[in-house]
Amino acid sequence: MSLEPITFAALAVVLIGSAVAVVLTKNLFHSVLWLALTLTGTAGIFLSLDAEFLAAVQLLLYAGGVVTIVVFAIVVTERLVGDRITQTSRQLVNGFIISGAVLVGVLSFVLRSPAWGPRPPIAGDLTKAIGQSVLTRFVLPFELLAILFFAALLGAIYFARPDE
Amino acid sequence: MPASMPTALPPYVPLHAYLVLAAVLFSIGLFGVVTRRNTIGILLGIELMLNSVNINLVAFARFSGDVAGLVFTVFTISITVAEVALGLALVILIFRVRRTAVADHLDLLRG
Repeated sequence: MSLEPITFAALAVVLIGSAVAVVLTKNLFHSVLWLALTLTGTAGIFLSLDAEFLAAVQLLLYAGGVVTIVVFAIVVTERLVGDRITQTSRQLVNGFIISGAVLVGVLSFVLRSPAWGPRPPIAGDLTKAIGQSVLTRFVLPFELLAILFFAALLGAIYFARPDE
Repeated sequence: MPASMPTALPPYVPLHAYLVLAAVLFSIGLFGVVTRRNTIGILLGIELMLNSVNINLVAFARFSGDVAGLVFTVFTISITVAEVALGLALVILIFRVRRTAVADHLDLLRG
């Protein structure tokens, strides 16, 4: 028996456990730390799928960037110590029903679909293939992404302007 | 029961295992979005949902041998980071004006 299913099972347990902790923890700051664990576990899933470049991007942008921004936002909007950092959830039953219905719907669709065989062997360097197709086949979405970032940058500057 | 269920531990991880994992993570994120009251908590739930979609994209790309899914994952990760940065900027701005980060208190548009 190979190591691959064991690795996947361990990663899946870590991912699901930390994701549940993200949505159920009372302390918002702990919630963000659990999210960091979830995102790091996702990087592990990417590694198990031979996508090393995406794992690195995931760690740098998500686990590094997003978590830092969220922590910064919490520090700005809440007091770090004190009762305001605790957050309450509402309508737990309704949320459970809605998300459970979505899960059952998606799972019934997934499990009825025909099974795929094992993954094909890697043809060449995946990172190189990503870079080449970004600048050839997907060059238009890539440029649109630049426009999106420009708009986001303008928006961020507009939000951050000092009060007159 | 389909042959893809990971109960018998096949020598390789089938595509369906990744899809089921992503579906579970997506619904956990949806649960967070629906039940959280703090706007930052809602954003964390959205993060979880987008993250599970990335798992799907990478798994399909790897199993089909097409690099397009990997490229789209790069795009979604970039867009998500921009979205979170702007969303949190909005939260901070709203907090500066209204002194609250709870979504229920932001009912200016309620008729």
